Amino acid sequence: MLLEAKHINKSFHDPVTVPILKDVSIEIPKGQFTSIVGKSGCGKSTLLYILSTMDTDYEGELWIDGERLTGKTEAELARVRNEKIGFVFQFHYLLNEFSVLQNVMLPGLKLGKISHQELEHRAFEHLRKLGMDSKALKKANQLSGGEKQRVAIARALINDPLIIMGDEPTGNLDKKNTEVVFDIFRQLSEEYKQSLLIVTHDPNFAERTQRIIEMEDGRVI
Amino acid sequence: MNYPLIWNIAQSLSLARWKQTLVAAVGVMFSITMFIALLGFMNGLNDLLDSLVLNRTPHVRLFNEIKANENQPILLDNRYKKYHNFIRSIKPNGKNAQIANSAAIINTLKKDKRVLGISPKMIAQVFFNVGETDVTGVVNGIDVEAEARLFSFGDYVTAGSYMDLKNIPNSIILGKGLADKMLANIGDVVQITTAKGDRFPLKVVGYFQSGLGEIDKVQSYTSLKTAQKLIGQSNAYVTDIQIKLYDLNMAPTVSKEYAQIFGTDAEDIQTANAQFETGSSLRSLISYAVGITLLIVAGFGIYNILNMLIYEKMDTIAILKATGFAGSDVKKIFITIAISIGILGGCTGLFFGFLLSLLIDNVPFKTAALPTISTYPVNYDLKYYLIGITFSLITTYLAGLFPARKASKIDPVDIIRGK
Ligand SMILES: Nc1ncnc2c1ncn2[C@@H]1O[C@H](COP(=O)(O)OP(=O)(O)O)[C@@H](O)[C@H]1O
Ligand SMILES: [Mg+2]
Repeated sequence: MLLEAKHINKSFHDPVTVPILKDVSIEIPKGQFTSIVGKSGCGKSTLLYILSTMDTDYEGELWIDGERLTGKTEAELARVRNEKIGFVFQFHYLLNEFSVLQNVMLPGLKLGKISHQELEHRAFEHLRKLGMDSKALKKANQLSGGEKQRVAIARALINDPLIIMGDEPTGNLDKKNTEVVFDIFRQLSEEYKQSLLIVTHDPNFAERTQRIIEMEDGRVI
Repeated sequence: MNYPLIWNIAQSLSLARWKQTLVAAVGVMFSITMFIALLGFMNGLNDLLDSLVLNRTPHVRLFNEIKANENQPILLDNRYKKYHNFIRSIKPNGKNAQIANSAAIINTLKKDKRVLGISPKMIAQVFFNVGETDVTGVVNGIDVEAEARLFSFGDYVTAGSYMDLKNIPNSIILGKGLADKMLANIGDVVQITTAKGDRFPLKVVGYFQSGLGEIDKVQSYTSLKTAQKLIGQSNAYVTDIQIKLYDLNMAPTVSKEYAQIFGTDAEDIQTANAQFETGSSLRSLISYAVGITLLIVAGFGIYNILNMLIYEKMDTIAILKATGFAGSDVKKIFITIAISIGILGGCTGLFFGFLLSLLIDNVPFKTAALPTISTYPVNYDLKYYLIGITFSLITTYLAGLFPARKASKIDPVDIIRGK
């Protein structure tokens, strides 16, 4: 199993304790294109932050790639995110201080497994695959929303992650760009057997994924 | 960890706000510039004032103080040995200012390995005859060469040549104030009356300025031989033996030792100039205090700018963390920014501090009191530059530490969810 969450419970204490996730258990096998759907406020994002190791304030257990991540230190989890998880957000796209190419390369530079030259070559390949190679040397803030999201996907791919996670990655895009992004995901899933876990509230998007996890009021149904 | 990457990110973040970064660096630069210039100037002054007195003061001086004998008859009487005897109205006995056996003492001193040099001297009270009136004055008979070599006598002879004192018989160098009083030019002959009433004509071959006006109004110099002749004494007559040691710090010990061996009075330089040290250390203290205050102010500037930068770059920090940068990496990035500002500002500060020192060093500073000085004095000791750069690095590191810590603790979920 690629990712396992066992009996996840989470509450916010603000100021009264409100349970948000109630005994959530899910398993994601390798190579699956999964979507998480549910009404706004049902806890999808909260769950995804826990699964992505960014939120450590929960009860239950999280396993990724046969490794128990619950209770690991901040630095160890950062390493896991760097190496094994690719991220695509709804709003927070790219670092505006850097060029498109540098944005894609950053997680790879942090990992430091391959040479700068090789990494640059690989980043370029990913950009080409997503049709963004012509924009490689532009500053990140000179791109349109759809273009930024494609660069963000290239960045998520740079370290060959075990899984790509997205929190409503098309939520801020128009119909045409939503299609482009979805096609990229589907292509990654079909051609490269990439595992994907995407939160969405677009039923049209979810329908076309391999598996739909539906949430309601903090539970998986 | 990957330092080129940390450096690369730090650089990009600070370049994104290059104006503020520059202002912070200029703040550091300014304080280091002032620090260097201030310390250089203050210590230049210290050196100058030290040399004014210390260079001319013998490390140990042997002399005879005219005073009552310490071994009074009553102390020899067994009946009164156990009492504390108050002795009054006793006149000094035959002991006079002359150092007995001076030739033998000088020979012994010459063999002492701690001694750099010896300059014997005699002092005579005289009157300078100016028309109807007499001006009291003091003639110092000196060993011209030794005095010049050990106590920079030549530096204070502002007109004429000090070597003429040796080469021209019956010559004299007058204090500037004294010469002015007598309207005596170089080449003139002045008349001197000794305490015993003998008159002597002496030829003026120069003026000297000690830096202390009161001294220049009464002092004059002749060769030791001339002075001995003036008061009709043999060439063994010496009232002071001035000793310069290799190590100034040995003076108190050596002085005690000589007083015992030679049976004269002896004074060391530390006792003679105790108040001097205090002035020097106070000036240093003030310049350090001002310099460090400036640096702390600059430190607050860096602190503010980093805080602002972190506030603006929350999103960037969140994304870095989400994509695998640890809190410690983020901390390193901001500390790198702070220290870069410190190095940049510090090094340019050292450079401009040096330039400012050069400038001060070239500002004309003419004063009658300091004949050897024509511009403001500056000390270029490397020590102050090292202290300056060290302080700038420490301050910028501390100023960066707290914002950097804050940045490292930013929770990416809070930021990403916040939108
Ligand atoms: N920091 C927080 N403090 C308190 N409540 C929160 C916080 N973040 C989210 N919530 C609440 O948790 C619930 C789930 O939020 P979220 O996971 O973002 O929902 P979804 O992504 O499914 O729309 C919501 O009711 C929201 O109001
Ligand atoms: Mg959400």
